[in-house]
Amino acid sequence: MELLRFATAGSVDDGKSTLIGRLLYDSKAIFEDQLEAVERTSLERGDAYTDLALLTDGLRAEREQGITIDVAYRYFATPRRKFIIADTPGHIQYTRNMVTGASTADLALVLLDARNGVVEQSRRHAFLASLLGIPHLVVCVNKMDLVDWSQARFDEIKAEFRSFAMKLDVHDLTFIPVSALHGDNVVERSATMPWYEGSSLLHHLEEVHIASDRNLIDARFPVQYVIRPQAQSSAELHDYRGYAGTVAGGVFKPGDEVAVLPSGLASTVAAIDTADGPVEEAFSPMAVTIRLADDLDVSRGDMICRVRNRPHVGQDLEAMVCWLTAQSELRPGARLAIKHTTRWGRALVKDLQYRLDVNTLHRDEAAPALTLNEIGRVQLRTTVPLFFDEYRRNRTTGSFVLVDEASDNTVGAGIILGPIEVA
Amino acid sequence: MAGTMAGVTPGSYELTHLETLESEAVHIIREVAAEFERPVLLFSGGKDSAVMLHLAAKAFAPARLPFPVMHVDTGHNFPEVIEFRDRTVADLGLRLIVASVQEAIDAGAVVEEGGPRASRNRLQTVPLLDAIAANRFDAVFGGARRDEEKARAKERVFSFRDEFGQWDPKNQRPELWSLYNGRHRRGEHIRVFPLSNWTELDIWQYVAAEGVPLPSIYFAHTRRVFERDGMLLADTPHVTLLDGEEVEERMVRFRTVGDATGTGAVESAAADVRAIIEEIAVTRITERGATRADDRISEAGMEDRKREGYF
Ligand SMILES: Nc1nc2c(ncn2[C@@H]2O[C@H](COP(=O)(O)OP(=O)(O)O)[C@@H](O)[C@H]2O)c(=O)[nH]1
Repeated sequence: MELLRFATAGSVDDGKSTLIGRLLYDSKAIFEDQLEAVERTSLERGDAYTDLALLTDGLRAEREQGITIDVAYRYFATPRRKFIIADTPGHIQYTRNMVTGASTADLALVLLDARNGVVEQSRRHAFLASLLGIPHLVVCVNKMDLVDWSQARFDEIKAEFRSFAMKLDVHDLTFIPVSALHGDNVVERSATMPWYEGSSLLHHLEEVHIASDRNLIDARFPVQYVIRPQAQSSAELHDYRGYAGTVAGGVFKPGDEVAVLPSGLASTVAAIDTADGPVEEAFSPMAVTIRLADDLDVSRGDMICRVRNRPHVGQDLEAMVCWLTAQSELRPGARLAIKHTTRWGRALVKDLQYRLDVNTLHRDEAAPALTLNEIGRVQLRTTVPLFFDEYRRNRTTGSFVLVDEASDNTVGAGIILGPIEVA
Repeated sequence: MAGTMAGVTPGSYELTHLETLESEAVHIIREVAAEFERPVLLFSGGKDSAVMLHLAAKAFAPARLPFPVMHVDTGHNFPEVIEFRDRTVADLGLRLIVASVQEAIDAGAVVEEGGPRASRNRLQTVPLLDAIAANRFDAVFGGARRDEEKARAKERVFSFRDEFGQWDPKNQRPELWSLYNGRHRRGEHIRVFPLSNWTELDIWQYVAAEGVPLPSIYFAHTRRVFERDGMLLADTPHVTLLDGEEVEERMVRFRTVGDATGTGAVESAAADVRAIIEEIAVTRITERGATRADDRISEAGMEDRKREGYF
């Protein structure tokens, strides 16, 4: 059974909570006591119906204000797959939450109301999904019951969305007409829309092929921790030196010729260990321990890769950055801590090339700064060399976070576009 | 060769959900060992902490765990759980720190609740925070899962605590990709939850796949119990029966392990892991709803306790 992570986004009242509630309920992930608590709260508030949205709104502030303000994670499983939903609020003021939820998602589910069609928010959601490199995008056209289950309306929305999505980096785009309230095409194929020949939403989530989304070509292993069980008495373990980490790309096998960055020294993979014994190959996202044939000086923050396939090594890079805090702004000249794979360093913002309007994709080259929820293209110089790839090739070696050194808060999310050639 | 990673089929490049969850947890645990000076792992003897400890041991194999474990002891324990705790610690060669609620009561740091429904659950926060301060722990592993409870559903994997041990749900650090930010000042610490993305069913499937040892009270046994507020509570020396409550023998098992006075049993004949998995697959009540008196008090019970520094 595989694990699929998906992020959901929709404008307020498009029916996102109802849809998630239905997926959870129909897959028996909602328990009686949870449902009772929700029914009780709904009754106390005087709601006309049991508000399934309460199942997905956690914190007290949210209950009181009746809005979703943070990413909430939900879990359910069918006999075929286990699912993690990152339920993100759709409003522009929560762009940072959407970016957070989307960062680890295999699939994005964008919801829209069939009566309203493609609105500004839907465009933004699709753009963010493509920026964050989510390989699969599913557009659920909801409330089909309110447009008389009309195929013409569905086709119209589909065409409009498609023409917009062409400008984006979207590889796999699927449209499903649903009624979250009545359950049509959510779990079971709907009899009310015989013209629709595709799968139900749940069936699609169960079947969509995700194993090949991972980068299996560019072998990357950021060293996380060095395992040296010296203290133990056994002679065999006395000389054990293993490099623990999580494979970030490609496939590693014993016998592979590898290079270690930043030294560039070459060696061979002697073994790939796990606590369950050695394995014949390791790929992303397996957490393993690599032993090398030669005694090299390797430590946390180093990167093991193939001799003839190396990441960029450099201190100057270009990235899209989403600013995550209201406490400060990102301006040229700012100095921040940066975490990239298992490396920490400092980064200097050399230039803000433009700020992107996430609704229209318009580039504002005159923007002086990025504020909360804004996204822009920046040039950075780092104090230490980073070993990186373009984000669209590798989401792990292509991403970083920026941390404010005064508050220790995570303030920026970075998506690497590539190196800058400095003369 | 047995175990989760031993089942990966070469050439398929597919991982099962348990392999993915194990790798994610191991990554988180190693990240803490690499970036913090004084981590500690909370070990109650319950199934989640047993799985977390098992993962931690795997993360550093063949070396030993590079940090100690800590038990916050309410003094109201099931003897089977204490026996299991001590055996596990001895088997793995760990250092165990016990933060005692009884000692905190004796020292006047906390006041025992009165009445027959008194619980020591809430009293755990003070000895926990005191032990963190006294040992200068900067990272504290907890076995909490996001599927357990609504307030937990939004908690970060690396969850910042201020110098009072408080959690501020409105002011959490964004957490993206697998890039965890553990930066903190002296006196502050980070709670780390490697099992954030696991469900109760995942835990049991993993226990089955890995043969993780657990205390015997998780499996069906006959026990003297009585009914209170719709729950089956164990008849222990620490509880006082109310009028009309009658003790009788029933076949039960526990779904969580907490303070013996507030943790309910469920009627069950599931005597092994397989049977438990089958039972859970058809269960319609959450483990906290079924078995934790303290969570039933209010909708926001857990959120309030967590803000104060609870697990
Ligand atoms: N007629 C109809 N109403 C729906 C449908 N899905 C959701 N709704 C209603 O739309 C309103 C907003 O739904 P909700 O799930 O709270 O939206 P959210 O803000 O996107 O989470 C509620 O009154 C729902 O009952 C649908 O498919 N058809």
